[in-house]
Amino acid sequence: MISLTSPIETRAHRWPAGLKLGLLSLVTFGLFFVDSVLFHGVFLVFVTALYALPGRLFFKNGWKHLKILWPFVFIVVAWHLFTDELPLGLTVAFRMISAVGLANLVTMTTRLSDMIDVVHWLTRPLQRLGFNPRILELAIALVIRMTPVLVSKGQSLALAWRARSNRRSGWRIILPFTVLALDDADHVAEALKARGGLTNQERE
Amino acid sequence: MEKNIAYIALFAALVAALGLIPKITLGFGVPITAQGLGIMLCGTILGAKRGALAVLLLLLLVAIGLPLLAGGRGGLGLFFGVTGGFLIGWPVSAYVTGLIVEKWRSGSITLVSFVASIIGGIFVMYLFGIVGMAIVLEKTFFESAALMIAFIPGDIIKAIIAGLLTAAIAKARPASLLSRQVKVTS
Repeated sequence: MISLTSPIETRAHRWPAGLKLGLLSLVTFGLFFVDSVLFHGVFLVFVTALYALPGRLFFKNGWKHLKILWPFVFIVVAWHLFTDELPLGLTVAFRMISAVGLANLVTMTTRLSDMIDVVHWLTRPLQRLGFNPRILELAIALVIRMTPVLVSKGQSLALAWRARSNRRSGWRIILPFTVLALDDADHVAEALKARGGLTNQERE
Repeated sequence: MEKNIAYIALFAALVAALGLIPKITLGFGVPITAQGLGIMLCGTILGAKRGALAVLLLLLLVAIGLPLLAGGRGGLGLFFGVTGGFLIGWPVSAYVTGLIVEKWRSGSITLVSFVASIIGGIFVMYLFGIVGMAIVLEKTFFESAALMIAFIPGDIIKAIIAGLLTAAIAKARPASLLSRQVKVTS
């Protein structure tokens, strides 16, 4: 499965993932304490510059991820034009784009393996309470492995439906789809047990 | 234990896959994102704890950068956007839905799942979602709620479908309906 990390190597790819995530939380939290439209405008220019630094392709890819924001930006600005509070509207819109843009930037410059290391580190306090990080890692791997399997089974189901009916399957197809997933879950559980299971690591 | 992990992981994958298969259009042209339905099913089928864990696992993978949400979306940005509150509400939503199905055993599974999906999948989820919107957009709770009203009919339809599907699964795979198992086998 392809992660959303940008293949274009930037300097930020080499920064520690924990540092980037920590900075992101701090900055985003801080953004909510400033109300000046000028500040948010300048900050948005700064975020845009960060996207532009690694080159045009990186900028274009980043832009694509932020497209989901435009309907909301439109609603916010239109709403405040209507209530005659345009500066407030622009503040909200700028802050929203900056916050999502920065978060997306962290996603684009951090490799999946680095992120998983952070998750591992974050769950360390839980390990003292008896939480087994290997179970979480197994679950992560299972989802990554099984999502494409389920997608391809779903596509086969849709094809089988189309071969037999000229009407759309609609929601009805979700039933066999869920049953397939449940059967897969049983098979995976059996397979895990057959390979020694998780019992040698768990405490229950 | 193995069964719990496998079910949690497979349901996380199922919700992801529901977002990647072509969009489902209802008879009268209303497209529904099947992922919201997936969240309801996590609760009604897996029950409170496992349902919430399945959703949390999915969100964890989304947060670390896998494009598992509808339309191939993913990444940290989603949690900071206008609809971030909905994502944060997802696990709670699955938990509440599952809890109702677990506790309310006297009614028919169709009705119970439907009501549980309405309360968990709509009421709880919108509560989180609207609070999130209110914070990001600097609007009052009711102003934000007004923006979301248009989506409620579609979600009521999803709750009806969740009820029907759960009942059908209770018949097709009774052993898999973990929310109604008396004793959880490990």
